[in-house]
Amino acid sequence: MNILNLFKVSINAVANNKMRSFLSMLGIIIGVAAVIIMMAIGQGSKESIRKELSTMGTNLLTIRPGADMRGGVRQDPSSMQTLKMADYERIMQEKKFVTNVSPEVTASGQVIYGNNNTTTTVYGESPEYLDIKLWTIENGDCFTEEDVHKAAKVVVVGKTIVTELFGDGVDPIGKTIRFKSIPMRIVGVLKAKGYNSWGMDQDNVIIAPYTTVMKRIAAQTYFSSIVCSAITEELSDAAIEELTQILRDNHKLKGEADDDFTIRSQAEIMETMSTTMDTVTLILVVAAAFSLLVAGIGIMNIMLVSVTERTKEIGLRMAVGATGAVISLQFLIESVLISVTGGLLGILLGFTVSEWAVPAFGMPSSVPAWSIYVSFLVCVCIGVIFGYIPAQKAANMDPIEAIRHE
Amino acid sequence: MAEKEDNRKCVIELQNVKRYFQVGSETVKALRGVSFKIYEGEFVTIQGTSGSGKSTLLNQLGCLDTPTSGEYFLDGTPVRRMTKNQRAKLRNRKIGFVFQNYNLLAKTTAVENVELPLMYNNKYNSKQRREAAIKALEAVGLGDRLEHKSNQMSGGQMQRVAIARALVNNPAVLLADEATGNLDTRTSFEMLVLFQELYKQGHTIIFVTHNPEIAEYSSRNINLRDGKIREDTINLNIKSAAEALAALPKPQDD
Repeated sequence: MNILNLFKVSINAVANNKMRSFLSMLGIIIGVAAVIIMMAIGQGSKESIRKELSTMGTNLLTIRPGADMRGGVRQDPSSMQTLKMADYERIMQEKKFVTNVSPEVTASGQVIYGNNNTTTTVYGESPEYLDIKLWTIENGDCFTEEDVHKAAKVVVVGKTIVTELFGDGVDPIGKTIRFKSIPMRIVGVLKAKGYNSWGMDQDNVIIAPYTTVMKRIAAQTYFSSIVCSAITEELSDAAIEELTQILRDNHKLKGEADDDFTIRSQAEIMETMSTTMDTVTLILVVAAAFSLLVAGIGIMNIMLVSVTERTKEIGLRMAVGATGAVISLQFLIESVLISVTGGLLGILLGFTVSEWAVPAFGMPSSVPAWSIYVSFLVCVCIGVIFGYIPAQKAANMDPIEAIRHE
Repeated sequence: MAEKEDNRKCVIELQNVKRYFQVGSETVKALRGVSFKIYEGEFVTIQGTSGSGKSTLLNQLGCLDTPTSGEYFLDGTPVRRMTKNQRAKLRNRKIGFVFQNYNLLAKTTAVENVELPLMYNNKYNSKQRREAAIKALEAVGLGDRLEHKSNQMSGGQMQRVAIARALVNNPAVLLADEATGNLDTRTSFEMLVLFQELYKQGHTIIFVTHNPEIAEYSSRNINLRDGKIREDTINLNIKSAAEALAALPKPQDD
């Protein structure tokens, strides 16, 4: 019997038992769809994080106080006070691979204008901060070096602050808002960046001169961090090296002494994020893959029932000349047909859900093309592996007993 | 018989065929040494009660099983030492089976059922297969029911399809196992009429049955008892099944 005839016979067998075939496919459909959706969410999250981090500047370097680890214990970096004004000044004097530098001091709290209030974070920065983080001013101007020098009570605000405090259609430039009872005059409005992938509103932000935040709000003499940008992304490593030398020298760290600060590049953060996302995706996909295993066992079950039920047919086919190998192949093709049809339907379902339903819930998703090929291949394998035992059972039947089976 | 042996082709030859089964510690002797020859164009009934070994003999003749000892030649080919796959091919080319329960494929048309044996023969392409199937169905009087599905047919029609399926590969021998066992009297006679027609056309037919009446319509009767041939007689006075059918009372319409 040629292979084409076998396919015809198998298609007929599947089509003659539509309900049963569909039910045994269901496991595969759901399993494959789950795998594809998980992969799509994983891939989508990775892409959106990457995109977002790159909107913050791919050449961004962040210096934080405190070492990553000290004596095996992770330190709380915000409690450390190693980054001082002197460090900032040294960097500004000696920088070669670094272009823009901004010390950073933050304070969270309520901001009030008239009857309206909202909770936000005030970032104390230098004017160079906007270039480092790729912010642009939509309306008005940024504060100046002069404002920094005088610790002037001026701020640049994000779009969300404007809508929360002023509503639509009001020009906030020149208006005075209060943060922790300190009045501050708005000099500029930032162009909106939208939400990031953690669901954080990036426009819920107030940027003030760092001196203002240090002296008037937080009352501290040290920085929470220093952000800078390397000349290019490629020069990030050279810039890190340079900054490390400057800071070690400034902090009088000699020889084997550990750094009392940490410098992270954006590329490094991206990598960490990617690795984390990959791990999460892998866990999800493995969980979904287990459902495929269960689905395969389901197919084996149905095929075993089907073989028993069709004992007489098998006997007849053998009597009129089918060899065991041909019978085995017929049932193998049948189980592959079920698993592959289920797989294709699952791919369709997974793709549809990933493209339409997942984004509707506000989650990023992007179906990687290879996940479709892999799913398809996995389905073929499931069909072969789980169809093998039933097919052998059919092939090993004795035609004499099979044909008289009732 | 002996005087005719030389000028007729021998289709089936059994030489002291024995078949023993091991059931637990006991040996069941189903066939205790059976020898006979069947020539081309004979209509042989193999008749015996249950337990006489006729089913075992049928399995031997149909190459579904092999003898414990002795030898079986089908159309000149020795069968005893053949592998399973070789026997499958031999069945496909040389034997046409008709079973008691028709054994048609469910939800499948008459013509597709008849095509089945040819599906396992690579020498036929799909067009030749269909042509052969249509020819066989016309030969059993079902030329007008090619596309009827097996569940839309009566018992008699189903058995006709089964006979067409047995004829489609042009077998050396037609093997019928209680082919009228599931049919009412009238339909049984219709089947016998068909078998007699096939006999007249020159087909070799072996009809295994427990019913002694059927022997009257065949050309030769082999009677089995306890795994041995009790009697092997040529029937010189073959009854006409067509006449018997005509003599039956007409079915009452109510």
